[in-house]
Amino acid sequence: MPSDDKTAGPVGADGQPPDEIMPIRSDEQIVRLRRLVREKAVAHGFSLIDQTKFVTAASELARNTLIYGGGGDVHLYTLRRNGRVGLRLEFIDNGPGIADLARALSDGYTTGNGLGLGLGGAKRLCDEFEIRSAPGEGTHISVTKWKPF
Amino acid sequence: MERIPILRMGKLLLVTIQVDMHDRLAMTLQDDLTSRIVKDRAKGVLIDISSLDVVDSFIGRMIGDTAAMARVLDAETVVVGMQPSVAITLVELGLALPGVRTALNVEKGMALLTGTSPL
Repeated sequence: MPSDDKTAGPVGADGQPPDEIMPIRSDEQIVRLRRLVREKAVAHGFSLIDQTKFVTAASELARNTLIYGGGGDVHLYTLRRNGRVGLRLEFIDNGPGIADLARALSDGYTTGNGLGLGLGGAKRLCDEFEIRSAPGEGTHISVTKWKPF
Repeated sequence: MERIPILRMGKLLLVTIQVDMHDRLAMTLQDDLTSRIVKDRAKGVLIDISSLDVVDSFIGRMIGDTAAMARVLDAETVVVGMQPSVAITLVELGLALPGVRTALNVEKGMALLTGTSPL
Protein backbone atom coordinates (compact mmCIF):
# COMPACT_ATOMS: atom_id res chain seq x y z
CA MET A 1 0.00 0.00 0.00
CA PRO A 2 1.63 3.30 -1.00
CA SER A 3 2.11 5.40 2.11
CA ASP A 4 1.88 8.71 0.24
CA ASP A 5 -1.67 7.96 -0.90
CA LYS A 6 -3.91 10.50 0.80
CA THR A 7 -7.14 9.66 -0.97
CA ALA A 8 -10.00 8.49 1.23
CA GLY A 9 -11.02 5.51 -0.88
CA PRO A 10 -9.62 2.02 -0.68
CA VAL A 11 -6.12 1.83 -2.05
CA GLY A 12 -6.23 -1.94 -2.26
CA ALA A 13 -3.29 -4.24 -2.57
CA ASP A 14 -1.20 -2.80 -5.41
CA GLY A 15 -4.30 -2.12 -7.44
CA GLN A 16 -5.60 -5.65 -7.00
CA PRO A 17 -9.38 -5.78 -6.55
CA PRO A 18 -10.63 -7.21 -3.24
CA ASP A 19 -11.80 -10.85 -3.13
CA GLU A 20 -14.71 -9.82 -0.95
CA ILE A 21 -16.30 -6.66 0.37
CA MET A 22 -18.41 -6.97 3.49
CA PRO A 23 -20.46 -4.29 5.20
CA ILE A 24 -19.96 -3.85 8.94
CA ARG A 25 -23.16 -2.28 10.22
CA SER A 26 -24.37 -4.69 12.92
CA ASP A 27 -23.18 -7.14 15.59
CA GLU A 28 -24.22 -10.03 13.37
CA GLN A 29 -22.00 -8.81 10.55
CA ILE A 30 -18.99 -8.90 12.89
CA VAL A 31 -19.77 -12.59 13.49
CA ARG A 32 -20.09 -13.13 9.73
CA LEU A 33 -16.73 -11.47 9.16
CA ARG A 34 -15.12 -13.74 11.79
CA ARG A 35 -16.53 -16.76 9.93
CA LEU A 36 -15.36 -15.49 6.52
CA VAL A 37 -11.83 -14.71 7.76
CA ARG A 38 -11.63 -18.13 9.42
CA GLU A 39 -12.72 -19.86 6.19
CA LYS A 40 -10.12 -17.95 4.14
CA ALA A 41 -7.33 -18.63 6.65
CA VAL A 42 -8.20 -22.34 6.73
CA ALA A 43 -8.37 -22.49 2.91
CA HIS A 44 -4.86 -21.02 2.66
CA GLY A 45 -3.46 -23.44 5.21
CA PHE A 46 -2.71 -21.01 8.06
CA SER A 47 -1.91 -22.69 11.38
CA LEU A 48 -4.68 -22.83 13.98
CA ILE A 49 -2.92 -20.21 16.12
CA ASP A 50 -2.45 -17.83 13.18
CA GLN A 51 -6.07 -18.35 12.13
CA THR A 52 -7.22 -17.52 15.64
CA LYS A 53 -4.99 -14.45 15.93
CA PHE A 54 -6.13 -13.02 12.61
CA VAL A 55 -9.83 -13.74 13.23
CA THR A 56 -9.53 -12.09 16.65
CA ALA A 57 -7.80 -9.03 15.16
CA ALA A 58 -10.56 -8.83 12.52
CA SER A 59 -13.20 -8.95 15.25
CA GLU A 60 -11.56 -6.13 17.25
CA LEU A 61 -11.19 -3.89 14.21
CA ALA A 62 -14.70 -4.61 12.92
CA ARG A 63 -16.11 -3.62 16.31
CA ASN A 64 -14.13 -0.37 16.16
CA THR A 65 -15.49 0.29 12.67
CA LEU A 66 -19.02 -0.28 13.96
CA ILE A 67 -18.83 1.57 17.28
CA TYR A 68 -16.39 4.41 16.61
CA GLY A 69 -16.69 4.71 12.83
CA GLY A 70 -20.47 4.40 12.76
CA GLY A 71 -20.19 1.39 10.45
CA GLY A 72 -18.23 0.87 7.27
CA ASP A 73 -16.85 -1.76 4.97
CA VAL A 74 -14.12 -4.34 5.09
CA HIS A 75 -12.22 -5.39 1.98
CA LEU A 76 -10.52 -8.78 1.98
CA TYR A 77 -7.52 -9.55 -0.25
CA THR A 78 -5.43 -12.63 -0.84
CA LEU A 79 -1.82 -11.54 -1.46
CA ARG A 80 0.93 -13.53 -3.10
CA ARG A 81 4.42 -12.14 -2.77
CA ASN A 82 7.74 -13.93 -3.29
CA GLY A 83 6.03 -17.27 -3.04
CA ARG A 84 4.23 -16.43 0.20
CA VAL A 85 0.51 -16.18 0.75
CA GLY A 86 -0.98 -13.46 2.89
CA LEU A 87 -4.41 -12.28 3.90
CA ARG A 88 -5.13 -8.58 4.12
CA LEU A 89 -8.15 -6.85 5.58
CA GLU A 90 -8.88 -3.18 5.06
CA PHE A 91 -11.40 -1.55 7.36
CA ILE A 92 -12.83 1.65 5.95
CA ASP A 93 -15.24 4.01 7.63
CA ASN A 94 -16.30 7.59 7.15
CA GLY A 95 -16.74 8.27 10.84
CA PRO A 96 -15.28 11.12 12.90
CA GLY A 97 -11.70 9.85 12.54
CA ILE A 98 -8.99 9.68 15.17
CA ALA A 99 -7.26 12.85 16.36
CA ASP A 100 -4.39 11.29 18.29
CA LEU A 101 -3.25 8.09 16.60
CA ALA A 102 -0.38 7.36 19.01
CA ARG A 103 -2.76 7.57 21.95
CA ALA A 104 -5.42 5.47 20.22
CA LEU A 105 -2.85 2.73 19.69
CA SER A 106 -1.76 2.61 23.33
CA ASP A 107 -3.29 -0.11 25.49
CA GLY A 108 -5.93 1.00 27.93
CA TYR A 109 -6.90 4.18 26.12
CA THR A 110 -10.50 4.36 25.00
CA THR A 111 -13.03 7.06 24.23
CA GLY A 112 -15.86 4.53 24.52
CA ASN A 113 -16.84 1.82 26.97
CA GLY A 114 -14.29 -0.73 25.82
CA LEU A 115 -11.07 -1.90 27.37
CA GLY A 116 -8.90 0.06 24.96
CA LEU A 117 -7.22 -3.11 23.74
CA GLY A 118 -8.69 -3.21 20.25
CA LEU A 119 -6.21 -1.24 18.13
CA GLY A 120 -3.01 -2.09 20.00
CA GLY A 121 -4.12 -5.69 20.43
CA ALA A 122 -5.02 -6.08 16.74
CA LYS A 123 -1.63 -4.64 15.80
CA ARG A 124 0.16 -7.22 17.96
CA LEU A 125 -1.84 -10.08 16.44
CA CYS A 126 -0.95 -9.24 12.82
CA ASP A 127 2.29 -9.04 10.81
CA GLU A 128 1.58 -5.69 9.18
CA PHE A 129 -0.58 -2.86 10.44
CA GLU A 130 -1.25 0.50 8.82
CA ILE A 131 -3.63 3.18 9.92
CA ARG A 132 -4.67 6.40 8.26
CA SER A 133 -7.06 8.70 9.98
CA ALA A 134 -7.70 12.34 10.70
CA PRO A 135 -10.57 14.21 12.33
CA GLY A 136 -13.45 14.43 9.88
CA GLU A 137 -11.81 12.14 7.35
CA GLY A 138 -12.79 8.68 8.58
CA THR A 139 -10.44 5.85 9.38
CA HIS A 140 -8.71 3.36 7.12
CA ILE A 141 -6.90 0.44 8.76
CA SER A 142 -5.04 -2.30 6.91
CA VAL A 143 -3.86 -5.50 8.58
CA THR A 144 -1.98 -8.37 6.96
CA LYS A 145 -1.07 -11.84 8.13
CA TRP A 146 1.50 -13.82 6.13
CA LYS A 147 1.65 -17.56 6.14
CA PRO A 148 5.16 -18.60 7.25
CA PHE A 149 7.24 -20.63 4.80
CA MET B 1 -35.07 -13.92 21.00
CA GLU B 2 -31.88 -15.93 20.73
CA ARG B 3 -30.48 -17.01 24.13
CA ILE B 4 -27.76 -19.24 25.53
CA PRO B 5 -29.37 -21.89 27.78
CA ILE B 6 -28.42 -21.99 31.48
CA LEU B 7 -28.77 -25.34 33.29
CA ARG B 8 -29.09 -25.73 37.05
CA MET B 9 -27.41 -28.62 38.85
CA GLY B 10 -28.02 -28.34 42.57
CA LYS B 11 -26.28 -25.17 43.72
CA LEU B 12 -24.43 -24.75 40.43
CA LEU B 13 -25.31 -23.08 37.14
CA LEU B 14 -23.88 -24.58 34.00
CA VAL B 15 -23.49 -22.76 30.69
CA THR B 16 -22.06 -24.27 27.54
CA ILE B 17 -21.47 -21.64 24.89
CA GLN B 18 -21.75 -23.43 21.57
CA VAL B 19 -22.31 -20.57 19.16
CA ASP B 20 -20.12 -17.70 18.03
CA MET B 21 -21.88 -15.01 20.05
CA HIS B 22 -22.53 -11.56 18.71
CA ASP B 23 -22.09 -8.78 21.25
CA ARG B 24 -25.73 -8.38 22.23
CA LEU B 25 -26.06 -12.13 22.78
CA ALA B 26 -23.02 -12.02 25.09
CA MET B 27 -24.56 -9.18 27.10
CA THR B 28 -27.88 -11.06 27.30
CA LEU B 29 -26.04 -14.07 28.71
CA GLN B 30 -24.38 -11.87 31.34
CA ASP B 31 -27.76 -10.44 32.37
CA ASP B 32 -29.40 -13.89 32.41
CA LEU B 33 -26.61 -15.42 34.49
CA THR B 34 -26.63 -12.73 37.16
CA SER B 35 -30.43 -12.96 37.40
CA ARG B 36 -30.30 -16.73 37.71
CA ILE B 37 -27.59 -16.61 40.41
CA VAL B 38 -30.00 -14.66 42.59
CA LYS B 39 -33.18 -16.52 41.59
CA ASP B 40 -31.66 -20.01 42.00
CA ARG B 41 -29.44 -19.03 44.97
CA ALA B 42 -26.52 -20.49 43.06
CA LYS B 43 -23.12 -20.79 44.74
CA GLY B 44 -21.16 -21.57 41.62
CA VAL B 45 -21.17 -20.87 37.89
CA LEU B 46 -19.40 -23.06 35.38
CA ILE B 47 -18.90 -21.62 31.89
CA ASP B 48 -17.75 -24.10 29.26
CA ILE B 49 -16.09 -22.33 26.33
CA SER B 50 -14.52 -25.42 24.74
CA SER B 51 -16.59 -24.88 21.57
CA LEU B 52 -15.41 -21.29 21.11
CA ASP B 53 -12.63 -20.90 18.57
CA VAL B 54 -12.46 -17.13 19.10
CA VAL B 55 -12.64 -15.06 22.28
CA ASP B 56 -12.04 -11.40 21.51
CA SER B 57 -11.78 -8.52 23.99
CA PHE B 58 -15.57 -8.06 24.14
CA ILE B 59 -16.35 -11.69 24.99
CA GLY B 60 -13.30 -11.78 27.28
CA ARG B 61 -14.51 -8.74 29.13
CA MET B 62 -18.02 -10.20 29.41
CA ILE B 63 -16.55 -13.35 31.01
CA GLY B 64 -14.39 -11.31 33.42
CA ASP B 65 -17.26 -8.99 34.34
CA THR B 66 -19.62 -11.93 34.86
CA ALA B 67 -17.15 -13.57 37.24
CA ALA B 68 -16.82 -10.30 39.18
CA MET B 69 -20.60 -9.84 39.37
CA ALA B 70 -21.05 -13.45 40.48
CA ARG B 71 -18.50 -12.92 43.25
CA VAL B 72 -20.42 -9.91 44.53
CA LEU B 73 -23.52 -12.12 44.49
CA ASP B 74 -21.68 -14.76 46.57
CA ALA B 75 -21.07 -17.21 43.74
CA GLU B 76 -17.79 -18.54 42.34
CA THR B 77 -17.19 -18.74 38.60
CA VAL B 78 -14.96 -21.20 36.80
CA VAL B 79 -14.31 -20.99 33.06
CA VAL B 80 -13.42 -24.35 31.56
CA GLY B 81 -12.17 -25.76 28.29
CA MET B 82 -10.40 -22.79 26.75
CA GLN B 83 -8.65 -23.87 23.56
CA PRO B 84 -4.86 -23.31 23.61
CA SER B 85 -4.96 -21.11 20.50
CA VAL B 86 -7.60 -18.94 22.19
CA ALA B 87 -5.49 -18.67 25.36
CA ILE B 88 -2.41 -17.63 23.36
CA THR B 89 -4.40 -15.03 21.42
CA LEU B 90 -6.10 -13.59 24.50
CA VAL B 91 -2.82 -13.04 26.30
CA GLU B 92 -1.23 -11.47 23.23
CA LEU B 93 -4.27 -9.27 22.87
CA GLY B 94 -3.54 -8.03 26.40
CA LEU B 95 -6.40 -9.75 28.20
CA ALA B 96 -5.14 -12.30 30.72
CA LEU B 97 -8.50 -12.52 32.53
CA PRO B 98 -7.23 -11.71 36.01
CA GLY B 99 -9.64 -12.81 38.71
CA VAL B 100 -11.23 -15.52 36.60
CA ARG B 101 -10.68 -19.08 37.80
CA THR B 102 -10.13 -21.59 35.04
CA ALA B 103 -9.98 -25.36 34.72
CA LEU B 104 -9.06 -27.59 31.84
CA ASN B 105 -12.40 -29.36 31.57
CA VAL B 106 -15.89 -29.57 33.04
CA GLU B 107 -14.96 -32.34 35.47
CA LYS B 108 -12.07 -30.37 36.98
CA GLY B 109 -14.18 -27.22 37.03
CA MET B 110 -16.95 -29.00 38.92
CA ALA B 111 -14.41 -30.28 41.40
CA LEU B 112 -13.14 -26.73 42.01
CA LEU B 113 -16.67 -25.47 42.60
CA THR B 114 -17.81 -28.31 44.83
CA GLY B 115 -14.55 -28.52 46.75
CA THR B 116 -14.01 -32.18 45.92
CA SER B 117 -10.85 -33.42 44.31
CA PRO B 118 -11.14 -34.74 40.76
CA LEU B 119 -10.01 -38.30 40.08
